[in-house]
Amino acid sequence: MSEATLTAVEISAGVRSGSLKAADILEQHLDRITAREGEVHAFNLVLADEARAAAAAIDDLVAAGNDPGPLAGVPIALKDNMCTRGVPTTCSSKILDGWKPPYNATVVDRLGAAGAITVGKTNLDEFAMGSSTENSAFGPTRNPLDLTRVPGGSSGGSAAAVAAGFASVSLGSDTGGSIRQPAALCGVVGVKPTYGYVSRYGLVAFASSLDQIGPFTTTVEDSALLLDVIGGHDPMDSTSIPDAHPSLVDAIAQGVEGLRVGRITDLPDGADPDVAERLEAAFDALRAAGATIVDVQVPAFGYGLTAYYLIAPSEASSNLARYDGVRYGLRVDAPDTNAMYGATRAAGFGEEVQRRIMLGTYALSAGYYDAYYGKALKVRRLIADDFDRAYTKADVLLTPTAPTVAFPFGSKTDNPLAMYLCDVYTIPTNLAGHPGMSVPYGTGADGLPVGVQVLAGTLGEPTMFRAAAALERSMSEASAVGRASASEPDDDGVRGRSPRGEGSLS
Amino acid sequence: MTSIMNPTPGNVYTAGPATGNEVLIDGYELVVGLEVHVELATATKLFSASANNFGDEPNTNIDPVTLGLPGALPVLNRHAVELAMRIGTALNCTIQPCVFHRKNYFYPDMPKAYQISQYDQPLNVNGYLDLPGGKRIGVERAHLEEDTGKSTHFGGTGGRIHGSDYSLIDFNRAGVPLVEIVSRPDIRTPEEAREYVSELRAILLAVGASDAKMEEGSMRCDANVSVHKPGEPYGTRCEIKNVNSIRSLGRAIEYEARRQIDMIEAGEVVRQETRHWDENDSRTHTLRTKEDADDYRYFLEPDLVPLAPSAEWIKAVADAMPLLPTERRSRLAAATGALADGEAVMVVVERGQDDYVLDVAAAGGDAARALIYVKEAFAPQADGTAVDVPAADVAALTKLETSGAITATQAKTILAEIVANGGGDAAAIAKAKGFEAMASGDLEAIVDQVIADNAEAWTKYVGGDDKTMGFLVGAAMKASKGKADGKLVTAMLQSKRST
Repeated sequence: MSEATLTAVEISAGVRSGSLKAADILEQHLDRITAREGEVHAFNLVLADEARAAAAAIDDLVAAGNDPGPLAGVPIALKDNMCTRGVPTTCSSKILDGWKPPYNATVVDRLGAAGAITVGKTNLDEFAMGSSTENSAFGPTRNPLDLTRVPGGSSGGSAAAVAAGFASVSLGSDTGGSIRQPAALCGVVGVKPTYGYVSRYGLVAFASSLDQIGPFTTTVEDSALLLDVIGGHDPMDSTSIPDAHPSLVDAIAQGVEGLRVGRITDLPDGADPDVAERLEAAFDALRAAGATIVDVQVPAFGYGLTAYYLIAPSEASSNLARYDGVRYGLRVDAPDTNAMYGATRAAGFGEEVQRRIMLGTYALSAGYYDAYYGKALKVRRLIADDFDRAYTKADVLLTPTAPTVAFPFGSKTDNPLAMYLCDVYTIPTNLAGHPGMSVPYGTGADGLPVGVQVLAGTLGEPTMFRAAAALERSMSEASAVGRASASEPDDDGVRGRSPRGEGSLS
Repeated sequence: MTSIMNPTPGNVYTAGPATGNEVLIDGYELVVGLEVHVELATATKLFSASANNFGDEPNTNIDPVTLGLPGALPVLNRHAVELAMRIGTALNCTIQPCVFHRKNYFYPDMPKAYQISQYDQPLNVNGYLDLPGGKRIGVERAHLEEDTGKSTHFGGTGGRIHGSDYSLIDFNRAGVPLVEIVSRPDIRTPEEAREYVSELRAILLAVGASDAKMEEGSMRCDANVSVHKPGEPYGTRCEIKNVNSIRSLGRAIEYEARRQIDMIEAGEVVRQETRHWDENDSRTHTLRTKEDADDYRYFLEPDLVPLAPSAEWIKAVADAMPLLPTERRSRLAAATGALADGEAVMVVVERGQDDYVLDVAAAGGDAARALIYVKEAFAPQADGTAVDVPAADVAALTKLETSGAITATQAKTILAEIVANGGGDAAAIAKAKGFEAMASGDLEAIVDQVIADNAEAWTKYVGGDDKTMGFLVGAAMKASKGKADGKLVTAMLQSKRST
């Protein structure tokens, strides 16, 4: 195995033992960035000099006989909505362009303390609102597996960075599927932990009750390692879970013998046949590995998307109100304060962000609250209850991660609802606060990767990771898709395709 | 009812026939509810570790949470909750499980563009406050919220943002913990409003929840004022803001009531609006009408978890409650025989010197005399320095006076010396000043001499003209060079007249 394809677990072990140099590992990743970042555009900012200094410091620590930590020398990319002290944090929005936070997000501090090397800040849909990274104010990220297609979103830059080998691992944030969907489209592992598993302190808020930070990696074990480092209580985040989490690295060693794997029989339609086929293969593989497949119902699942598009924009309308031209980079001068707010926000926010601010403001307004936001909260409760009932029968559930493989640029940008449907299978998990992860499970149309989503109940991460690891093992003899070199597949017959069920929101 | 602490300055209204203790103005009844904001005396802010300290260099007590920086999250200050619970307990509220909401609106000194407050599930509900005179004012709620930053507008008129050249913002105050105490509309006169705020202030000081300084803004008061004819529904209310002293509160309410009555009398309709009290012209002015009021779009604050104080915590707060002003006034009144809402008791309790009066009594002193001594001579000095005198010294002085060994006037002189010196032996001072008691034989000789020297006055006095008694007593005091006890002289004169 060449060093180019070393996992984070292998890099860390090598660096800690002295058999690998963090500086060498870093240069391999920087070389790949030099070669391909121009076409992929995974990053808003590459921190080559800072990373080199950090890698040298790690090597010095090892040379001096010290242990730099469980992520020693592992190059990592951070979604550009996580605060990094003195380093621009933009959320891919003009309204924050040039802002340098005076503090680190908790995850950034924990990664640093564990010896990880930050190589850059990755592109995203503006303020994490989108499913294709086409909403970035700084231009889209391209899928490294097919440059004519999107990487998914909103954490498209973080998914692409790992898929392209720009970083060994990366962090994204998932509010409605923003880690799992791009992971599926880029052929990597992506995890949305239980709400409160990872501190949100320093994560620029989109929808606070839904946002959760999680990893992108090439292996299930790397995600376990990363979560073991960044997870756990943070006194700076009141919503972080106070209890200590069991090690996920330890959990994946167990098999799935006797595990009850649920199939949601009333899952909303919409997955393409190639995606549905891979999901069946996943059920088969887990059955073969000793799991039992059981049928469950989650009747409110299909209402998730609608409830989400009331709750998330409502919270966003409040979270994004602070960008008023008084304190952050962009200010458009106007005759009075209110006019300045309006002009600044009109110029600083992109179309999708403005759409959601308007939607959320409306949903929370006097006279509409009960009919919209209030009702959405009730649906949210129903979804959580339905999931809880399902988890009395099943330990984990399997669904598609996304309805389709990576789609071409521009194919959904004119139709927000079509774009929103990319997250139909991921959103209910966020509403319930449950964990979910996408595991690459072979390829579908045009040889593009398909992800299978593994879901579990609150703090069901150990079981979820056991199932994910079993899926990964079942694929180990097949050729993995990740880390493919750039290809230019014929996309005839793919362009313009949209998932079935698109009209169901009308 | 009248307040001794805050006598009404020239009430301009003609009082109509009263029903109960409700005062009518030109046939209108006044209804007032008060919203009082108090800054809690915590070391740090409501949701962050920055210092809560008035008067520091601007923008020094700040951090990512205070500034509402992207990604920053609030963490609730336990001590702030405890102080809010003390307020709730002191105001006889039910302390209940509660949540925080976001109140959304734009203003440059509110860095998140929302204020974290409590909405439909506040910490303290359904309490009351008893005024010193006994009237009970309902307290609807007392909830926790964060303060905003402080804007200062330069140029333009009146320090307002509109028309100013530029504004500066100090975020030291942003995130300072506040409790907003909302009364029920049970207040019927400007005096009652002042009494309510005075008593509330005394309670806040007693429980150590706030320094409650209106001049520094750590206690702020908004008044909801309406008028109506008896028997008719309550009138449309206006909210009066920017009232910066207890005195202004009464004036603002009086002005606002007059304004509303004049409008109604002129056939106009009172609009619901927020009005600004202008201290300079002693009027209220429209700040914003109901039509352009903000829609705050309240929703549950997702960055905080519900707050449910345990029964143990609530009990611990209740058990640690100090005596409240009402209880302290009753206790002092019982010990001294004075009225609980009389001036001496009110003043001494407000100064926190009631324990001292009881100490004097415990040291064998006369409690009633001690109350008067402390009220008269123990006022804090201008620089705030408190009087510090051993209780035993004052006890000795009261005994000297009540035994008749010295006069009240002499006692006052000795007290002044004891206070000035931080203590002293009353008997020794009396001796040094020649304040020895006069033997009754000596006194009688002086009185007889006065009668002899003032035969005409004596004859009138014997004839029933009591007004001449003062003249005779004064003559006796003069003859004794001030050593005579005026009361004893009076008694002796009366005795001689009746024989």
